Amino acid sequence: MQDKIKAVALISGGLDSMLAVKVIQDQGIHVEGINFYTGFCVEGHTHAIRSKDKAKPKRNNALWVAEQLGIKLHIIDIVEDYKDVVINPKHGYGANMNPCLDCKIFMVNRARTWMEENNFDFIITGEVMGQRPMSQRKETMPKVAQQSGAFDRLVRPLCAKNLPETLPEKEGWIDRDKLHNITGRGRKPQISMAKDFGFNDFAQPAGGCCFLTDKAYSNKLDDLWKNRGEKRYELDDIMLLKVGRHLRPNERFKIMVGREEGENNYLEGYTYAFSHIRPLDYTGPLVLVDGAPNAEDLRLAARLAARFGSGRDAEQVQVEVTQLDGSRIAMHVKPMPVADIPLEWYL
Amino acid sequence: MSEHNLNARNLLCPMPVIRTQDCIKTLEKGDELTVICTDPGVVNDIPTWCRINGHEVLAIQEKGREIHITIQVG
Repeated sequence: MQDKIKAVALISGGLDSMLAVKVIQDQGIHVEGINFYTGFCVEGHTHAIRSKDKAKPKRNNALWVAEQLGIKLHIIDIVEDYKDVVINPKHGYGANMNPCLDCKIFMVNRARTWMEENNFDFIITGEVMGQRPMSQRKETMPKVAQQSGAFDRLVRPLCAKNLPETLPEKEGWIDRDKLHNITGRGRKPQISMAKDFGFNDFAQPAGGCCFLTDKAYSNKLDDLWKNRGEKRYELDDIMLLKVGRHLRPNERFKIMVGREEGENNYLEGYTYAFSHIRPLDYTGPLVLVDGAPNAEDLRLAARLAARFGSGRDAEQVQVEVTQLDGSRIAMHVKPMPVADIPLEWYL
Repeated sequence: MSEHNLNARNLLCPMPVIRTQDCIKTLEKGDELTVICTDPGVVNDIPTWCRINGHEVLAIQEKGREIHITIQVG
Protein backbone atom coordinates (compact mmCIF):
# COMPACT_ATOMS: atom_id res chain seq x y z
CA MET A 1 0.00 0.00 0.00
CA GLN A 2 1.22 3.46 -0.90
CA ASP A 3 2.25 5.52 2.17
CA LYS A 4 0.41 8.78 2.64
CA ILE A 5 1.60 11.25 0.03
CA LYS A 6 3.43 14.23 1.54
CA ALA A 7 4.22 17.64 0.08
CA VAL A 8 6.56 20.33 1.31
CA ALA A 9 5.47 23.92 0.67
CA LEU A 10 7.58 27.06 0.43
CA ILE A 11 5.81 29.41 2.85
CA SER A 12 6.58 33.10 2.53
CA GLY A 13 3.82 34.29 4.83
CA GLY A 14 1.88 35.88 1.98
CA LEU A 15 -1.50 34.94 0.57
CA ASP A 16 -0.39 32.98 -2.50
CA SER A 17 1.57 30.28 -0.69
CA MET A 18 -1.27 30.06 1.85
CA LEU A 19 -3.78 29.39 -0.94
CA ALA A 20 -1.46 26.94 -2.71
CA VAL A 21 -1.18 24.83 0.44
CA LYS A 22 -4.92 24.89 1.02
CA VAL A 23 -5.62 23.69 -2.55
CA ILE A 24 -3.33 20.70 -2.02
CA GLN A 25 -4.46 19.99 1.55
CA ASP A 26 -8.03 19.79 0.28
CA GLN A 27 -6.95 16.88 -1.92
CA GLY A 28 -5.99 14.88 1.16
CA ILE A 29 -2.24 15.47 0.93
CA HIS A 30 -0.17 15.89 4.12
CA VAL A 31 1.64 19.24 3.83
CA GLU A 32 4.45 20.74 5.89
CA GLY A 33 5.97 24.16 5.28
CA ILE A 34 9.48 25.48 5.04
CA ASN A 35 10.48 29.10 5.32
CA PHE A 36 13.98 30.26 4.48
CA TYR A 37 15.73 32.99 6.44
CA THR A 38 18.18 34.86 4.18
CA GLY A 39 18.93 37.88 6.39
CA PHE A 40 17.22 40.14 3.85
CA CYS A 41 13.70 39.27 5.00
CA VAL A 42 11.49 42.24 5.81
CA GLU A 43 9.57 40.29 8.44
CA GLY A 44 9.75 40.55 12.18
CA HIS A 45 12.98 42.14 13.21
CA THR A 46 12.36 45.38 11.34
CA HIS A 47 9.25 45.79 13.47
CA ALA A 48 11.15 44.75 16.54
CA ILE A 49 13.85 47.38 16.11
CA ARG A 50 11.82 50.53 15.80
CA SER A 51 10.04 51.78 18.90
CA LYS A 52 7.41 53.56 16.82
CA ASP A 53 6.22 50.17 15.57
CA LYS A 54 5.79 48.73 19.06
CA ALA A 55 2.02 49.10 18.89
CA LYS A 56 1.81 47.03 15.70
CA PRO A 57 1.54 43.26 15.96
CA LYS A 58 4.95 41.68 15.50
CA ARG A 59 3.74 38.35 14.29
CA ASN A 60 5.88 36.34 11.91
CA ASN A 61 3.54 35.86 8.96
CA ALA A 62 5.01 32.50 7.90
CA LEU A 63 4.36 31.08 11.37
CA TRP A 64 0.92 32.64 11.44
CA VAL A 65 0.01 31.16 8.05
CA ALA A 66 1.24 27.73 9.16
CA GLU A 67 -0.95 27.90 12.24
CA GLN A 68 -4.01 28.93 10.20
CA LEU A 69 -3.42 25.98 7.87
CA GLY A 70 -2.68 23.56 10.72
CA ILE A 71 0.71 22.57 9.29
CA LYS A 72 4.19 22.28 10.75
CA LEU A 73 6.65 24.97 9.68
CA HIS A 74 10.39 24.46 9.51
CA ILE A 75 12.34 27.73 9.47
CA ILE A 76 15.75 27.25 7.92
CA ASP A 77 18.73 29.57 8.31
CA ILE A 78 20.33 29.87 4.85
CA VAL A 79 22.26 33.09 5.51
CA GLU A 80 25.70 31.63 4.66
CA ASP A 81 24.72 29.64 1.57
CA TYR A 82 22.58 32.47 0.26
CA LYS A 83 25.54 34.84 -0.03
CA ASP A 84 26.60 33.32 -3.35
CA VAL A 85 23.09 33.94 -4.74
CA VAL A 86 23.31 37.65 -3.89
CA ILE A 87 26.95 38.12 -4.84
CA ASN A 88 27.10 36.06 -8.05
CA PRO A 89 23.60 35.70 -9.51
CA LYS A 90 23.91 33.71 -12.75
CA HIS A 91 20.72 35.24 -14.10
CA GLY A 92 21.53 38.78 -12.95
CA TYR A 93 19.68 41.28 -10.80
CA GLY A 94 16.20 42.74 -11.19
CA ALA A 95 15.44 46.46 -10.92
CA ASN A 96 17.54 46.69 -7.75
CA MET A 97 19.88 44.15 -6.11
CA ASN A 98 17.22 41.46 -6.23
CA PRO A 99 18.44 38.21 -7.81
CA CYS A 100 14.88 36.85 -7.99
CA LEU A 101 15.37 34.03 -10.49
CA ASP A 102 18.53 32.72 -8.84
CA CYS A 103 16.81 33.06 -5.48
CA LYS A 104 13.81 30.98 -6.53
CA ILE A 105 16.03 28.31 -8.11
CA PHE A 106 18.12 28.20 -4.92
CA MET A 107 15.10 27.93 -2.63
CA VAL A 108 13.37 25.25 -4.68
CA ASN A 109 16.67 23.37 -4.79
CA ARG A 110 16.94 23.54 -1.00
CA ALA A 111 13.31 22.42 -0.73
CA ARG A 112 14.12 19.48 -3.01
CA THR A 113 16.99 18.46 -0.73
CA TRP A 114 14.69 18.75 2.29
CA MET A 115 12.04 16.70 0.48
CA GLU A 116 14.50 13.92 -0.25
CA GLU A 117 15.99 13.89 3.26
CA ASN A 118 12.55 13.74 4.88
CA ASN A 119 10.89 11.28 2.48
CA PHE A 120 8.37 13.74 1.09
CA ASP A 121 7.00 13.35 -2.44
CA PHE A 122 6.70 16.75 -4.04
CA ILE A 123 7.12 20.51 -3.61
CA ILE A 124 4.47 23.25 -3.68
CA THR A 125 5.00 26.96 -4.30
CA GLY A 126 2.51 29.80 -4.47
CA GLU A 127 3.90 31.03 -7.79
CA VAL A 128 1.53 32.61 -10.31
CA MET A 129 2.51 32.88 -13.95
CA GLY A 130 3.03 36.46 -15.06
CA GLN A 131 3.13 37.87 -11.55
CA ARG A 132 6.14 39.73 -10.21
CA PRO A 133 8.99 38.96 -9.64
CA MET A 134 10.81 37.85 -12.79
CA SER A 135 11.07 34.24 -11.60
CA GLN A 136 7.34 33.89 -12.31
CA ARG A 137 7.44 34.70 -16.03
CA LYS A 138 6.17 32.07 -18.44
CA GLU A 139 9.66 31.48 -19.82
CA THR A 140 11.40 31.39 -16.43
CA MET A 141 9.05 29.03 -14.58
CA PRO A 142 10.38 25.93 -16.41
CA LYS A 143 13.95 27.09 -15.68
CA VAL A 144 13.18 27.05 -11.95
CA ALA A 145 11.87 23.48 -12.19
CA GLN A 146 14.87 22.30 -14.22
CA GLN A 147 17.76 24.19 -12.64
CA SER A 148 16.59 23.45 -9.10
CA GLY A 149 16.57 19.74 -9.89
CA ALA A 150 12.93 19.49 -8.80
CA PHE A 151 11.71 18.87 -12.38
CA ASP A 152 8.18 17.45 -12.41
CA ARG A 153 8.01 17.18 -8.64
CA LEU A 154 7.43 20.96 -8.47
CA VAL A 155 3.72 21.85 -8.40
CA ARG A 156 2.36 25.39 -8.64
CA PRO A 157 -1.27 24.81 -7.65
CA LEU A 158 -2.42 28.37 -8.46
CA CYS A 159 -1.34 28.23 -12.12
CA ALA A 160 -0.77 24.50 -12.74
CA LYS A 161 -3.30 24.32 -15.56
CA ASN A 162 -1.12 26.69 -17.60
CA LEU A 163 1.90 24.43 -17.16
CA PRO A 164 2.81 20.88 -18.24
CA GLU A 165 1.44 18.03 -16.15
CA THR A 166 3.61 17.20 -13.14
CA LEU A 167 4.43 13.84 -11.58
CA PRO A 168 1.84 14.12 -8.76
CA GLU A 169 -0.84 14.72 -11.41
CA LYS A 170 0.36 11.88 -13.66
CA GLU A 171 0.48 9.51 -10.69
CA GLY A 172 -3.01 10.51 -9.59
CA TRP A 173 -1.81 11.79 -6.20
CA ILE A 174 -3.58 15.07 -6.99
CA ASP A 175 -6.37 15.90 -9.43
CA ARG A 176 -5.37 18.42 -12.12
CA ASP A 177 -9.00 19.47 -12.49
CA LYS A 178 -8.91 20.83 -8.94
CA LEU A 179 -5.83 22.97 -9.61
CA HIS A 180 -6.03 26.53 -10.97
CA ASN A 181 -5.05 28.63 -13.99
CA ILE A 182 -4.40 32.07 -12.51
CA THR A 183 -2.15 34.39 -14.53
CA GLY A 184 -1.00 37.98 -14.30
CA ARG A 185 -0.53 40.62 -11.67
CA GLY A 186 -4.18 41.09 -10.73
CA ARG A 187 -5.09 39.95 -7.24
CA LYS A 188 -8.84 39.39 -7.74
CA PRO A 189 -8.66 35.59 -8.27
CA GLN A 190 -6.58 35.17 -5.12
CA ILE A 191 -8.83 37.44 -3.08
CA SER A 192 -11.84 35.50 -4.31
CA MET A 193 -10.21 32.16 -3.42
CA ALA A 194 -9.29 33.49 0.02
CA LYS A 195 -12.93 34.43 0.57
CA ASP A 196 -14.09 30.98 -0.53
CA PHE A 197 -11.66 29.34 1.88
CA GLY A 198 -12.79 31.64 4.70
CA PHE A 199 -9.44 33.42 5.02
CA ASN A 200 -10.31 36.90 6.26
CA ASP A 201 -6.91 37.96 7.50
CA PHE A 202 -3.79 37.59 5.40
CA ALA A 203 -0.60 39.49 4.66
CA GLN A 204 -0.10 41.23 1.31
CA PRO A 205 3.15 43.15 1.69
CA ALA A 206 3.09 45.97 -0.88
CA GLY A 207 6.85 46.12 -1.21
CA GLY A 208 7.50 42.40 -1.21
CA CYS A 209 9.14 40.47 1.58
CA CYS A 210 12.80 41.06 0.67
CA PHE A 211 14.92 44.16 1.27
CA LEU A 212 16.85 43.49 -1.94
CA THR A 213 13.85 44.73 -3.95
CA ASP A 214 14.08 48.09 -2.14
CA LYS A 215 15.95 50.84 -3.98
CA ALA A 216 17.27 52.64 -0.90
CA TYR A 217 18.46 49.40 0.68
CA SER A 218 20.12 48.31 -2.58
CA ASN A 219 21.96 51.64 -2.79
CA LYS A 220 23.37 51.07 0.70
CA LEU A 221 24.48 47.55 -0.18
CA ASP A 222 26.12 48.82 -3.36
CA ASP A 223 27.92 51.50 -1.33
CA LEU A 224 29.10 48.87 1.16
CA TRP A 225 30.65 46.76 -1.59
CA LYS A 226 32.22 49.70 -3.42
CA ASN A 227 33.90 51.01 -0.31
CA ARG A 228 34.96 47.58 0.86
CA GLY A 229 36.54 46.98 -2.54
CA GLU A 230 34.85 43.61 -2.92
CA LYS A 231 31.39 42.05 -3.01
CA ARG A 232 31.29 40.48 0.43
CA TYR A 233 29.04 40.74 3.48
CA GLU A 234 28.35 39.29 6.89
CA LEU A 235 24.94 39.04 8.54
CA ASP A 236 25.71 42.02 10.79
CA ASP A 237 26.49 44.17 7.72
CA ILE A 238 23.14 43.52 6.08
CA MET A 239 21.23 43.93 9.33
CA LEU A 240 22.84 47.34 9.95
CA LEU A 241 21.83 48.50 6.46
CA LYS A 242 18.22 48.23 7.66
CA VAL A 243 18.76 50.53 10.63
CA GLY A 244 19.13 54.31 10.91
CA ARG A 245 20.27 57.02 8.53
CA HIS A 246 23.48 56.30 6.66
CA LEU A 247 25.64 59.20 5.47
CA ARG A 248 28.90 58.87 3.58
CA PRO A 249 30.93 62.12 3.45
CA ASN A 250 33.94 60.45 1.77
CA GLU A 251 35.44 57.09 0.83
CA ARG A 252 37.13 56.70 4.24
CA PHE A 253 34.05 56.52 6.42
CA LYS A 254 30.31 56.61 6.77
CA ILE A 255 28.12 57.20 9.80
CA MET A 256 25.01 55.36 10.97
CA VAL A 257 22.61 57.52 12.96
CA GLY A 258 19.82 56.07 15.10
CA ARG A 259 16.49 57.69 14.22
CA GLU A 260 14.72 56.86 17.46
CA GLU A 261 15.05 55.00 20.74
CA GLY A 262 14.56 51.51 19.29
CA GLU A 263 17.22 52.05 16.67
CA ASN A 264 19.60 53.57 19.22
CA ASN A 265 19.13 50.49 21.41
CA TYR A 266 19.85 48.25 18.44
CA LEU A 267 22.97 50.21 17.42
CA GLU A 268 24.12 50.10 21.05
CA GLY A 269 24.69 46.37 20.54
CA TYR A 270 27.35 47.19 17.92
CA THR A 271 29.41 49.74 19.85
CA TYR A 272 32.03 47.03 20.48
CA ALA A 273 32.71 46.86 16.73
CA PHE A 274 32.66 50.52 15.67
CA SER A 275 34.05 53.87 16.74
CA HIS A 276 31.04 55.78 18.02
CA ILE A 277 29.84 59.18 19.10
CA ARG A 278 27.55 60.04 22.00
CA PRO A 279 26.10 63.39 23.03
CA LEU A 280 27.45 64.84 26.29
CA ASP A 281 25.62 68.11 26.89
CA TYR A 282 22.53 67.63 24.72
CA THR A 283 20.13 64.80 23.90
CA GLY A 284 20.72 63.05 20.63
CA PRO A 285 21.30 59.78 18.84
CA LEU A 286 24.10 57.29 19.13
CA VAL A 287 26.21 57.45 15.95
CA LEU A 288 28.39 54.58 14.71
CA VAL A 289 31.36 55.40 12.49
CA ASP A 290 32.23 52.76 9.90
CA GLY A 291 35.56 52.73 8.06
CA ALA A 292 38.95 54.25 8.75
CA PRO A 293 38.35 57.93 9.49
CA ASN A 294 41.29 60.25 10.14
CA ALA A 295 41.23 62.93 12.84
CA GLU A 296 39.60 65.46 10.54
CA ASP A 297 36.97 62.90 9.51
CA LEU A 298 36.15 62.18 13.16
CA ARG A 299 35.59 65.89 13.77
CA LEU A 300 33.29 65.99 10.73
CA ALA A 301 31.46 62.89 12.02
CA ALA A 302 31.04 64.60 15.40
CA ARG A 303 29.60 67.74 13.74
CA LEU A 304 27.18 65.57 11.78
CA ALA A 305 26.20 63.65 14.91
CA ALA A 306 25.46 66.96 16.65
CA ARG A 307 23.22 68.02 13.77
CA PHE A 308 20.84 65.18 14.62
CA GLY A 309 20.53 66.10 18.31
CA SER A 310 18.68 68.70 20.36
CA GLY A 311 21.72 71.00 20.20
CA ARG A 312 21.58 71.33 16.42
CA ASP A 313 21.08 75.11 16.62
CA ALA A 314 23.67 75.73 19.34
CA GLU A 315 26.98 77.49 18.64
CA GLN A 316 28.83 74.58 20.14
CA VAL A 317 28.06 71.23 21.77
CA GLN A 318 30.14 68.57 23.44
CA VAL A 319 30.31 64.98 22.24
CA GLU A 320 32.29 61.96 23.31
CA VAL A 321 34.10 59.98 20.63
CA THR A 322 35.02 56.41 21.57
CA GLN A 323 37.56 54.81 19.28
CA LEU A 324 37.94 51.13 18.55
CA ASP A 325 40.80 50.76 21.05
CA GLY A 326 38.42 52.00 23.76
CA SER A 327 40.03 55.44 24.13
CA ARG A 328 37.58 58.28 24.65
CA ILE A 329 37.92 61.90 23.56
CA ALA A 330 35.58 64.71 24.57
CA MET A 331 35.19 67.07 21.63
CA HIS A 332 33.61 70.51 21.35
CA VAL A 333 32.08 70.97 17.92
CA LYS A 334 29.78 73.27 16.03
CA PRO A 335 26.79 71.25 14.76
CA MET A 336 26.81 71.14 10.99
CA PRO A 337 23.98 73.28 9.59
CA VAL A 338 21.39 71.20 7.74
CA ALA A 339 21.87 73.26 4.57
CA ASP A 340 25.59 72.46 4.54
CA ILE A 341 25.08 68.67 4.35
CA PRO A 342 25.19 67.66 0.68
CA LEU A 343 22.20 65.48 -0.25
CA GLU A 344 24.50 62.98 -1.95
CA TRP A 345 25.97 62.11 1.44
CA TYR A 346 22.68 60.42 2.35
CA LEU A 347 22.73 56.79 1.19
CA MET B 1 13.49 15.12 32.33
CA SER B 2 16.33 17.63 32.15
CA GLU B 3 16.49 21.43 32.12
CA HIS B 4 18.39 23.46 29.56
CA ASN B 5 19.05 27.13 28.77
CA LEU B 6 19.50 28.75 25.37
CA ASN B 7 21.08 32.17 24.96
CA ALA B 8 19.26 34.02 22.17
CA ARG B 9 20.12 37.53 23.42
CA ASN B 10 20.66 40.22 20.75
CA LEU B 11 19.20 37.99 18.05
CA LEU B 12 16.30 39.32 16.03
CA CYS B 13 13.34 37.22 14.95
CA PRO B 14 13.24 34.74 13.40
CA MET B 15 16.73 33.77 14.63
CA PRO B 16 15.57 33.03 18.22
CA VAL B 17 12.90 30.74 16.75
CA ILE B 18 15.45 29.00 14.54
CA ARG B 19 17.84 28.51 17.48
CA THR B 20 14.96 27.18 19.60
CA GLN B 21 13.90 24.81 16.83
CA ASP B 22 17.46 23.52 16.35
CA CYS B 23 18.03 23.11 20.09
CA ILE B 24 14.77 21.23 20.66
CA LYS B 25 15.78 18.71 17.97
CA THR B 26 18.55 17.62 20.34
CA LEU B 27 16.29 17.25 23.42
CA GLU B 28 13.99 14.50 24.68
CA LYS B 29 10.24 14.62 25.17
CA GLY B 30 9.46 16.17 28.56
CA ASP B 31 12.71 18.15 28.74
CA GLU B 32 12.44 21.85 29.63
CA LEU B 33 14.19 24.57 27.68
CA THR B 34 14.42 28.19 28.78
CA VAL B 35 15.19 30.55 25.90
CA ILE B 36 16.62 33.93 26.94
CA CYS B 37 15.88 36.65 24.38
CA THR B 38 15.92 40.43 23.94
CA ASP B 39 13.74 40.78 20.81
CA PRO B 40 10.14 41.42 21.93
CA GLY B 41 8.92 39.65 18.78
CA VAL B 42 9.61 36.31 20.49
CA VAL B 43 6.57 36.77 22.73
CA ASN B 44 4.44 35.96 19.68
CA ASP B 45 6.76 33.91 17.51
CA ILE B 46 8.08 31.27 19.92
CA PRO B 47 4.63 30.36 21.34
CA THR B 48 3.24 30.14 17.78
CA TRP B 49 6.11 27.91 16.72
CA CYS B 50 5.52 25.75 19.82
CA ARG B 51 1.77 25.43 19.15
CA ILE B 52 2.24 24.26 15.55
CA ASN B 53 5.02 21.86 16.48
CA GLY B 54 3.42 20.29 19.56
CA HIS B 55 5.48 21.83 22.38
CA GLU B 56 4.10 23.59 25.44
CA VAL B 57 5.07 27.05 26.68
CA LEU B 58 5.22 26.80 30.48
CA ALA B 59 6.13 30.42 31.27
CA ILE B 60 6.98 33.77 29.71
CA GLN B 61 8.78 36.13 32.07
CA GLU B 62 10.03 39.65 31.39
CA LYS B 63 13.22 40.38 33.34
CA GLY B 64 14.35 43.92 32.59
CA ARG B 65 15.08 44.05 28.89
CA GLU B 66 15.19 40.25 28.67
CA ILE B 67 12.39 37.81 27.99
CA HIS B 68 12.69 34.27 29.36
CA ILE B 69 10.46 31.66 27.70
CA THR B 70 10.29 28.19 29.22
CA ILE B 71 9.16 25.37 26.95
CA GLN B 72 8.38 21.75 27.64
CA VAL B 73 9.36 19.57 24.70
CA GLY B 74 6.36 17.66 23.30
